Order: sequence, then structure tokens, then C-alpha cells
Amino acid sequence: MSARPAKLTRDTSWKHEATGLAWISPWVIGFLAFTAGPIVMSLYYSVTDYSLLEKPVFIGAENYQRLARDEIFVGALKNTLWYAAVSIPLGTIFAIILAAMLNTRIKARALFRAAMFIPTLVPIVASAMVWSWLLNGQIGLLNQALGWIGIKGPDWLGDRHVAMWALILMSVWGAGNAVVIYLAALQDVPTSLYEAADLDGVTWIGKFWHVTLPMISPVILFNVITSIIGTLQVFAVPYIMTGGGPDRSTYFFTMYLYDNAFRYLNMGYASAMAWVQLVIILALTALTFWLSRKLVFYRSA
Amino acid sequence: MGGLSGFGFFGSVTTVGKGDEGSAGRDIGLASRTAIYSMLGFVAVLFVAPLVWMFSTSIKPADQALSTPPRLLPSPASDTLKIASENYQAVWNDPVVDFPLYFRNTLIVAVLSVIGMVLSSAIVAYGFARVKWRGKKWVFPVMLATMMIPFPVVMVPLYVIFKQLGWIGTFSPLWIPAWFGGAFNIFMLRQFYMTIPKELDEAARIDGCTHWGIFWRIILPLSRPALTVVALFHFIGVWNDFLGPLIFLNDRDQFTLALGLQLYQSQTGNTPWHLLMAASTMVVAPVLVLFLLAQRTFIEGIATSGLKE
Repeated sequence: MSARPAKLTRDTSWKHEATGLAWISPWVIGFLAFTAGPIVMSLYYSVTDYSLLEKPVFIGAENYQRLARDEIFVGALKNTLWYAAVSIPLGTIFAIILAAMLNTRIKARALFRAAMFIPTLVPIVASAMVWSWLLNGQIGLLNQALGWIGIKGPDWLGDRHVAMWALILMSVWGAGNAVVIYLAALQDVPTSLYEAADLDGVTWIGKFWHVTLPMISPVILFNVITSIIGTLQVFAVPYIMTGGGPDRSTYFFTMYLYDNAFRYLNMGYASAMAWVQLVIILALTALTFWLSRKLVFYRSA
Repeated sequence: MGGLSGFGFFGSVTTVGKGDEGSAGRDIGLASRTAIYSMLGFVAVLFVAPLVWMFSTSIKPADQALSTPPRLLPSPASDTLKIASENYQAVWNDPVVDFPLYFRNTLIVAVLSVIGMVLSSAIVAYGFARVKWRGKKWVFPVMLATMMIPFPVVMVPLYVIFKQLGWIGTFSPLWIPAWFGGAFNIFMLRQFYMTIPKELDEAARIDGCTHWGIFWRIILPLSRPALTVVALFHFIGVWNDFLGPLIFLNDRDQFTLALGLQLYQSQTGNTPWHLLMAASTMVVAPVLVLFLLAQRTFIEGIATSGLKE
């Protein structure tokens, strides 16, 4: 549109804007009240000493300086990053392999898919209960099963060297969501591409690497980013199953934030942690996008 | 799914294999097919096993919960029904943890929240998909960006706000925010609306229909599948939510099932596993029933959520 056609459109354009805003106003109000407002408040609290019982007192960057020296915080941050660094690649690779197997010409695909998806629906508290039972060191089913093949299973949740791995193992149980998404993406890959590769005598590994992976790479990126955002907030499962122990080996970022805010009533300190968490999540998301530039292949229209 | 629909780069556009039962998918030899069946079967059994074990423990008497080798049914198996009903009654009528009340509480919160979420998201999505205005070009990306904001970042100020509103210790924080729409749901509905032909709106407008009329009489009825997806997933989300109730509720009488189950575990101290598994089964069962009833909607809802740009 080069020449603005009529004065008429300009005169009535505010009406269009008003109509549009009116339609989205529920979200705008909710955004201001429950997201934008709180974020600004949280930034303010983060530079104050605030116990909820008294008014916030400005203390500058003290909370942030304290965080850098706080060994519990640094430990929780390390645990969280380690948990994410292991469970996200593990879950991603596992889900892609399962989806690829489901995408072959097999019967009962819907049944397999349902079996893998159902665990993702189980309420987090209930799955924490079930896994506490399965992973019980003395009488858990897992250690009984390991016993049959001659392995003496560890005290999964009671051993500080093992508890983190138990939680990572458990996170794989939730891979079904990603399996369903990857399967749908795989079904969208045009068969002509595989036929062309067949004519060229490409092996199945070659096809997977040069056709399948590039074609589903945008979906992988989407999933990895949602996993990063979700995993860095992990809370309920360790809170219920280990309480962060033993020896804080499964004490995560959000748990320390929660404890500071609602157990010790250090609202200012907790808010500084919240901001660190936000910055880490944004930075890792940006980094993932940046790293993926050359790896993600977008089909152009 | 704009950018994913054309394959110009490869110079050919093929139909997409969408079939559900063996029709689609890549062809492979018999040997590898057998290998794939056994691997898939193995993984499927591993995935379902925890739930089977949960249920199995819940129908056994206390002294058999730990039996070696593990058994699926109590012995003698003829007592299964009797023991199961004893266990479940013990949980249901627990003197301290009031599960019937928590069921009621969770249902109230879930229903209020789902109605609000579906209605408000449907309206807002209309503003992004069907109303012509320039501002949406920058409001929409902002809305998408808000999906990255972690809940822990806002939970402290939200607590302060809700406290000032007198909402702490009531259900309000758990359902009122849902009446202002959810970014992801708005996004999903907007994508769905975009697939409804614009000609329908135009014809209606010529007949003198307002935006509200078009929304109510054309868009909403045609969007029923997408609205169902939003309702289902939001219901599950509320049913499963732990952190929200943990922060905003403080009175035992207000607890939801998620909190109630945790209370049941922590207050009994030396956990009787068979009863804890019966309680867990009760919390899981409604969600599983919902899944079995609406399996297709679930799978399609999840599958499309990953393909959006």
C-alpha cells in the first residue's frame, strides 16, 4: 500500500483499534494484574528487605550480593542446571526414538502411544507417591526386580549420590507428551522424501539423519525450549519425594525460592532469586535459539 | 501452521500420511519389525507398570503390600473385592484427611476455572484472529512472550496482592485469574479460528451481524473441537496443580485433592503403602477416565500444540 487511499480510513481507524482492544481486554487486564504488575513488584522487592509483616525497606543490591555468597543457593542452582542438562537431552532422544519406532508400519500404534502418554496425565502428587513406593530402598518393586537379576539396588531416594539420578529416571516417565508431538511431526514428513532417498540407496541411518531429523527440527526446537522453561522450575516432585535431601542433593532452585518466601518470610531475598531465575530462563532460551540457527530447517512456502 | 504446509524447496507437494492404524508410516522388513514390536512392547509395559503396581497395591491387605515375589492380586484372590472395598473405604472415611470434601473442593475450583478459561480465551482469540486492528501486530508477540515467564517469578507478588484482596485462604486465587484467559490457549484458539473461512464472517456481516454475533453464532459453534481441547487440558491442569494450592490455601477445609493426598502421606508418618496407593488411585482415576473417554481429543490436542509457530 503506497498511497494512503482515503481520509476516511484514518478517521475511523481508532475505532478499529478500540474494537480490537475491547476484544482482547480480558487478557490485557489479566496480564497487567497477574503478570506485568507482579513482575515489576518483584523487581522492587528484590532490592528490599521484606518480611511481609512489615513494609519493604530499600537495601540496594544487597540481596543479589548475598545470593552470590549463599552456598545453599549456589548448590540449588547447580542441582537445577545439572538436572536440566541431563534430563532434557535424555528425554528428547528417548522420545524421538520412541516416536520413530511408532512411525513405522506397525499395528496397535494407538495402543502403544496411549500407554506412553497416560503417565503424563497422572497428577504430580500421585506420581510422587507411586514412585516413592517403587523406589523404596528396602521393599520397592524396582529393587526387587533388580534383585532377580542379581543386582543389589541402591536406596534410591536415601542415598545422596543416587537421589538425583532417581529423579532424572522418573522424569523420563513423562516423555509421552513429547512422543505424541514428535510422532505427529514425523507423520507430516512427506513420504516422497524417503522414496527419493531409497532410489539413491540411502541407509536407514542416513535417512534418519538427513531427512527425518532436519524435517522435524523445528518441533524439536519447540520441545527443547518448553522443556528448558519447565525443567528449570521443577518443584513438586522433589518437594514431596525427597524434601530436597539427602544432604540437599536434590534441593532445587524453586524449592529454595519457596522456602525463603513462605517458610522464612524473606520475600525480598526470594524475589531476587525469582529475577535470577527469570534471567537464566531467558538467557538459556536465547542461547538455544542462537545455537539452533544452523541446525533447524524450516520448510519454506 | 502456515510455514509447514508447503514443501516448495523439494519441488513436490505430497499428501501427508495421517492414518492412525498401520496404514501410514514407513515400511520396514520383518526382522526389524519384530525388534520394534518387542522394544515398543517393553517400553509400553515399563510405562504402565507403575500405575498397575499402584492399583495392585491398593487392593491388597497391609501385610501383603511387600510380598516377595510381588503379586498382582491379594491371596486368596477371591478376597480381592472385599479387601479392595475395605482399603478404599478406609481412605474415603479417614477421620483426619477429608477426601470427599477435597473432591468437592477440587471440582468447584476446576469447574469455575474451566468455564472462565474457555470463555475468556475464546473471546480474546477472536480479537486476534478476526478483528482488523493495527495494535495486534505488537500485542500478539508480547502475549506469546509471556508464556516464557515462570510462575515462581510472580508467585511472591501474587501472594502479596491476593493477601491484600483478602483472597488467601479462599478458592479465588485458583480460579479468578483463569477468567482473564491463558496465553497458550488464546494462541491455540486463534490458530484454529484462522482455519475457519473468512467468507462466513463476510456473509454474516452483509446480513447485518455484529462482531459479537459472528463470534457467538459462527466462530464458537465451529470451534467446538478446539474449545474441548482447551477445556480438557485446563481441567487436568487444575486437577493436577500442586504449587498454586500449596501457596494460596492455608486452611485444611479448603484443600484440593493434590494437597489432601500430600497431607495424607505426611500426617500418617509411617506410611501404610496400601492405603496411600488407594488414595493415589482415587486421585488418578478421574483423569484416566477422562482420557479414555476423550482419547482422540487429547492426542490431537497435544499433537497440534507442538506444530504451531
